Amino acid sequence: MANDQDKILDEVTSGDYKYGFVTDIETDTIPKGLSEDVVRLISSKKEEPEWMLEFRLKAYRHWLTMEMPQWAHLNVPEIDYQEIIFYAAPRKKNPNSSEEIDPELKETFEKLGIPLNEQKILAGVAVDAVMDSSSVKTTFSETLSEHGIIFCSMSEAIRNHPDLIKKYLASVVPYTDNFFATLNCAVFSDGSFCYIPKGVRCPMELSTYFRINAANTGQFERTLIVAEEDSYVSYLEGCTAPMRDENQLHAAVVEIVALDNAEVKYSTVQNWYPGDKNGKGGIYNFVTKRGICRGKNSKISWTQVETGSAITWKYPSCILLGDNSYGEFYSVAVTNNHQQADTGTKMIHIGKNTRSRIVSKGISAGVSNNSYRGLVKVLKGSENARNFSQCDSLLLGDKCGAHTFPYIEVDNPTAIVEHEATTSKIGEDQIFYCNQRGLSTEDAVGLIINGYAKEVLNKLPMEFAVEAQKLLQISLEGSVG
Amino acid sequence: MLKIKDLHANIKGKEILRGINLEIKAGEVHAIMGPNGSGKSTLAAVLAGREIFEVTHGEVTFNDKNLLELSPEDRSREGLFLGFQYPIEIPGVSMVNFMKAAVNEQRKHRGLEQLSPADFLKMMREKKELVEIDSALTNRSVNEGFSGGEKKKNEIFQMAMLDPKLSILDETDSGLDIDALRIVANGVNKLKTANNASIVITHYQRLLDYIVPDHVHILYNGRIVKSAGKELALELEEKGYDWIKNGE
Ligand SMILES: Nc1ncnc2c1ncn2[C@@H]1O[C@H](COP(=O)(O)OP(=O)(O)OP(=O)(O)O)[C@@H](O)[C@H]1O
Ligand SMILES: [Mg+2]
Repeated sequence: MANDQDKILDEVTSGDYKYGFVTDIETDTIPKGLSEDVVRLISSKKEEPEWMLEFRLKAYRHWLTMEMPQWAHLNVPEIDYQEIIFYAAPRKKNPNSSEEIDPELKETFEKLGIPLNEQKILAGVAVDAVMDSSSVKTTFSETLSEHGIIFCSMSEAIRNHPDLIKKYLASVVPYTDNFFATLNCAVFSDGSFCYIPKGVRCPMELSTYFRINAANTGQFERTLIVAEEDSYVSYLEGCTAPMRDENQLHAAVVEIVALDNAEVKYSTVQNWYPGDKNGKGGIYNFVTKRGICRGKNSKISWTQVETGSAITWKYPSCILLGDNSYGEFYSVAVTNNHQQADTGTKMIHIGKNTRSRIVSKGISAGVSNNSYRGLVKVLKGSENARNFSQCDSLLLGDKCGAHTFPYIEVDNPTAIVEHEATTSKIGEDQIFYCNQRGLSTEDAVGLIINGYAKEVLNKLPMEFAVEAQKLLQISLEGSVG
Repeated sequence: MLKIKDLHANIKGKEILRGINLEIKAGEVHAIMGPNGSGKSTLAAVLAGREIFEVTHGEVTFNDKNLLELSPEDRSREGLFLGFQYPIEIPGVSMVNFMKAAVNEQRKHRGLEQLSPADFLKMMREKKELVEIDSALTNRSVNEGFSGGEKKKNEIFQMAMLDPKLSILDETDSGLDIDALRIVANGVNKLKTANNASIVITHYQRLLDYIVPDHVHILYNGRIVKSAGKELALELEEKGYDWIKNGE
């Protein structure tokens, strides 16, 4: 008991990235570099149908005409795409025993707190575990299928549900969308697919856990969630990577489609390796996430807790097409040491009486840079659109930066768009007050930032809120006092 | 319990405490009075370990430990409580979480088990009744949007929760209405035992009608210039500070 407590305490106070280990496993990798042949090779490794290969090639050819966007408030070193390995998959020890997962992999995910054994798993959470370029195991698939819910890896979905994939893949984020999304279309390796049929409330949380393991590889996964009329699903995404001195690229795409009266909650706890204290290593996280409220009264809610990555470039957005549809974005983004984040959202109001709410809480420490970038756009035909945005920044120390770039474009006079912003510092007097009540400075900072981020943390499912709270505190270790 | 010997302290190079001597025994109540800016809050802050003040000379022992060597949080865990003259707001942090963290830190320090949520809530309830604080306040974030008087009551509530050996109450009476003053004073009296002690910093004799001090000290210009029994407070009320200042 005492031992257990010591362990927890140690974990909370040690401040090191505790997911930084490497699994020693045989990996099936392809040579580094990017070309049409590589795209074809990935497609054949995945045993994909011809139409999928065509999609990839179309995207790849388009990508060659594109340039990396420069508008973000980020300092991104040049990325050499010929130095990246675009496909790495854990190799099965025994290819004949088809079902069984490699014990090493099982162990890896257990170490990460994600048991792949259905008996041991957190009650009420189904997991798709993805390591490097491929899905390792999806739990509870059978239970879910009794409700008609499809929850499987993207590779499986392409093989088994081609009609759904053809209909919805790239329907929210087209292959021409942006540099990183287009790259993803060409080389994506795996990810999760989730389909909730009409009238079904998904009985458990669905989650995907992404793990980068292999060195010098990029991770390019795709997630697609389709919620049919009157359905509901809550989806969680977690991610970690080993500590490596080289930077690694992660360029994912997430698409959500919500039809009439459907509701999708998407929560992310992003904890990719942020690099060391001097800014060496860490993940470059360039992610495109977008949902469309296609049906009337539909709702999409993004919640993100961003603590990891050396560079984050990410704007989970909502296209509010259906009348009375509702989009939400709740975000806590922490940057410490040399981390850089440029993150925010877009709310595109198209339908009538559409509403959106943005709550962004930035926390910067060390010599990091943390930007909120948001767009609220109300189109001509969108009568009575409503938006409320709250963007707060909290600074720890005086060498870090916090920036807000809120863009508002309103083409309909009936719209009401409100924006509030604050910037504050953790006061020495607040910390002393906590010290005087017996709390250490680290605990005081943890308490204060969790108070500051409460509105966002409250949006997360319970188990994850607790994790996220600990994570916030750990990522700010050593930044005060 | 507390022994202060020739304590000197600076802020930004300016000497504020200029040789304080004071001894406090278990079971005693000491009142410290003195004109504005004389160093009362500074003394309280130095005892609580606020780092912006630099101790340049002197010794302080607290229950036979060298107080000046302890971190602020360890001083608290050892049983030193400061009721702030200006309590601090911590937005978004609920009083329940704040107190749970504080109480459990203290229990850990004393080698006790953490309280179960049920026991903790029971304790909250009992202490709330003891100091007659409104539940509406303890359900909110720490001091956020509290009125001046409510903040002071909240300090007494926290004191009740932490059950300190030595409590230093810095002008806890100022800003209180007559009823609140009585409630706060009653709270302090109820918490008093033969094993704990308090230092009450105040400008008004009025409080000392309720909390009867064993000793009254006058702090002036960084030194204790006069100490006597409770009658000294009455004398001050009558004569003001001029006779003290002129005597220097
Ligand atoms: N942070 C600070 N920076 C500069 N000077 C300070 C600081 N804190 C206190 N002082 C100075 O120290 C002196 C003593 O202040 P202190 O607050 O201890 O007085 P006090 O006796 O508590 O007065 P009051 O009765 O008004 O509360 C004052 O001259 C004050 O201006
Ligand atoms: Mg004072």
